[in-house]
Amino acid sequence: MKAVCWRGKKDVAVETVPDPKVINGRDAIIKITSTAICGSDLHLYDGYVPTMKAGDILGHEFMGEVVETGKNITNLKVGDRVVIPFTIACGGCFFCKKTLYSACDNSNPNAGMAEKVYGASGAGLFGFSHMMGGYAGGQAEFVRVPFADVGPLKVPSHLTDEQVLFLSDIFPTGYMAAENCAIERGDTVAVWGCGPVGLFAIKSCFLLGAERVLAIDPIAGRRARAELLGAKAINPNEVDVLKWLADATAGRGPDACIDAVGLESHGTGFVPFVDKLKTSVMLATDRPNVLRQAIMACRKGGTVSVPGVYAGMLDKMPLGAAFSKGLTIKMGQTHVQRYLKPLLGRIERGEIDPSFVITHRFKLTDAPAAYDHFLNQQDEFGKVVLKP
Amino acid sequence: MPTTLLTTAIKSVAGQDSKVARATEHLPTTPTNVSSAERWVSLVAGGYLTTCGLTAKGPGLLSMLSGGYLLYRAATGNCPAYQALGVSMSDSTAPKTAIAAGHGTRVQHAVTVLKPAVEVYRYWRDFENLPRFMAHLVDVDTTADGKSHWKAEGPLGLKVEWDAELVSDIPNRVISWRSLPGDDVDTTGSVRFEELPQGRGTEVRVELKYDPPGGKLGTAVASLFGKSPDQQIQEDLRRFKQILEAGEIPSTKGQSAGQR
Repeated sequence: MKAVCWRGKKDVAVETVPDPKVINGRDAIIKITSTAICGSDLHLYDGYVPTMKAGDILGHEFMGEVVETGKNITNLKVGDRVVIPFTIACGGCFFCKKTLYSACDNSNPNAGMAEKVYGASGAGLFGFSHMMGGYAGGQAEFVRVPFADVGPLKVPSHLTDEQVLFLSDIFPTGYMAAENCAIERGDTVAVWGCGPVGLFAIKSCFLLGAERVLAIDPIAGRRARAELLGAKAINPNEVDVLKWLADATAGRGPDACIDAVGLESHGTGFVPFVDKLKTSVMLATDRPNVLRQAIMACRKGGTVSVPGVYAGMLDKMPLGAAFSKGLTIKMGQTHVQRYLKPLLGRIERGEIDPSFVITHRFKLTDAPAAYDHFLNQQDEFGKVVLKP
Repeated sequence: MPTTLLTTAIKSVAGQDSKVARATEHLPTTPTNVSSAERWVSLVAGGYLTTCGLTAKGPGLLSMLSGGYLLYRAATGNCPAYQALGVSMSDSTAPKTAIAAGHGTRVQHAVTVLKPAVEVYRYWRDFENLPRFMAHLVDVDTTADGKSHWKAEGPLGLKVEWDAELVSDIPNRVISWRSLPGDDVDTTGSVRFEELPQGRGTEVRVELKYDPPGGKLGTAVASLFGKSPDQQIQEDLRRFKQILEAGEIPSTKGQSAGQR
C-alpha cells in the first residue's frame, strides 16, 4: 500500500510499504477513505517531537471501512464505516473506566520510554512518535487499529466523510478545550490560535453558551475564518494582546483562556526571542509565549485550558500570577472516545457541520506538497484532507 | 557439583539425552580451580568476545583468542593460569542450599491491577501462565505435588532449568516459592496481593531473589546483554497488568513501516 512516511525534519515521502495485518485479537484493519493533516503533525514535521524514526507512517485523523477483524472483535464487521479516535485505549484500566481515555494504562507498548521522560505514560497514539507507542498512522491506504472494540465509531451513511472525519481528533479536541472552561452564560472566552483546533474551540464555546469569543492569531486568513464563526479577532503583532483583552472586558479579563497554539508559539519582543534562541540551542524545548499571556490575561478564579501540545521544559512561567488569581489550568490529550457519540449527535442534529474547517483537498500521493503548503502558507491553508 | 557448566552448555545445544551429552560424563577431568561464579562470567564474556572476533565488529583475532580462553575456563572449570600459580578459587565443595544473606540479587516491584484480588491471585497461582508475561521464562510445568519445573533462557541464549516448590500459598493474599537444591539456579520469590477499597483494584507486590549463575558479577555482565533485573521485573509486571486488564499485550511487532 501507499503510506506517508516521516523521513526527517521537514521531509515526508509517499512510500510503498507492506499492507498492515492483524497482530492482536482486538485489532481491526481499516481501508482508509479520508485522512487529514493535523497541526500537531507539523510539530513532527518541524522535528519538535522526540523519538521519531525515519520510515514512521504519519497520520492520526482518519476514517474508513473495516476490511478485517481480529478474533476477539464482535462489535464490528467487514464493510462497517467507522471513524477512528487518535487516542488508543484498552477500555479496561482505571483511566478508561473513568473515561480518561488518553491516560490509558495499557495501550502504549513503549510506556517505559514515556515514564522515563514524564513519570507516567499516557495512551498510545497513531503516528505520533515511538515514545507515544510507535503505532503506524493513518495517512495511508490501510491502517491497523488496536482495541477496535473500544475506539471506532460507526457512522451513519447519510453523513459524508468530511462531516464526520474530524471526530477523530480536532472536533473533540476543540470541544474538550471549551468544556474544560466550564463556560457559563454571559462568559467571554479568549482563544489563542485560529487553526482548525482553535476554530473548533471557538465554535464549541458558542455551543456551550459563551457570550463572546476573542481570538488572537497573527495570520489574516485564520482570523477571517474565526470571524466567520462569530469571534472578534486581532493580530498579536499589531496589538498589545493583554491590553486589548483587558479593555475588551473593562478590566475583568476573560472568564477563560484557551491556548490552541502549544509548544511552537510565535511572538514578538525580547522574551519570545530568548525562547527561540534557547530552543535552537536545545536549552529549552518549548516556546510558551501564548501560555504566559493566557495566564496573565485570565480573570481571577478563571480557567486556562490548553489543547495545544507541549512536550518538554518551559521557562519563566508566571505561576505567581496563576496562584494569586486562583486560576484553574486544564490540559492534556483529548479523551476522544468520551466525545464521539455526543458530538456525532450534534452533527446529526445540524448544530455543527465540521467540514467548515476544510480549505484544501489533496491526493494522498501529494502529501509532501500538502505538508509544505500547510506549514508555509498558513494564511491560505487551514485544514488539509487527503484522499487515498 | 550438581550440573557442570560444560554439560549444561552441551545439553542446551545438543539436547538432554544426546550421545554428545552422555559422552561428556566420561570426559577426562582437569582439576576444577575456578569458582562457578567466575565460570559463568567467563562463559558470558568469552562468548561475547568470540562473537565479536568472529563477526569482526570488535578487535578481531585478539578477541577470538581471549574469548576462546575464557570459554575453555568456563567449560572445564580449569584455569591454566590459576593451575600454574597453584591457586584454586573453586567452590565445588560448597553446599548448595537456600540463598545465604548477602548473596544473590534481589529485585522488587509493584503494580496496581484493576481486578479483584481473587482474579489476580488465580492467574498468578497457575504458574504455567508466568511465561506469558515473564520474558525470560520459556516454560513452567506444574506437577500435582505442588512442585514445578521452570525453564528459562539467559544471556546468549543459554538455557537454565530448575525445580521449585511452594513455600506458602494463602489464597488472594500471598504466594511464595523457592527452587530446590541441586539445580542451575537458586531462586526464591513471593507475590503479595492487597485488594484496594471501592473497586480500585489490587496492589501486586513482587519480590524475587536469585543467585544467578555467576552471582552479582554474573548479573552485572548479563545486564550488558539486555535489561537489568529491575527493568526486567518492571516490564514483566506491566505485561501481567495488560493481560488482566486488556486481555492482550499491546504490540507493534510486525507492523508496516517505510524504509528505515
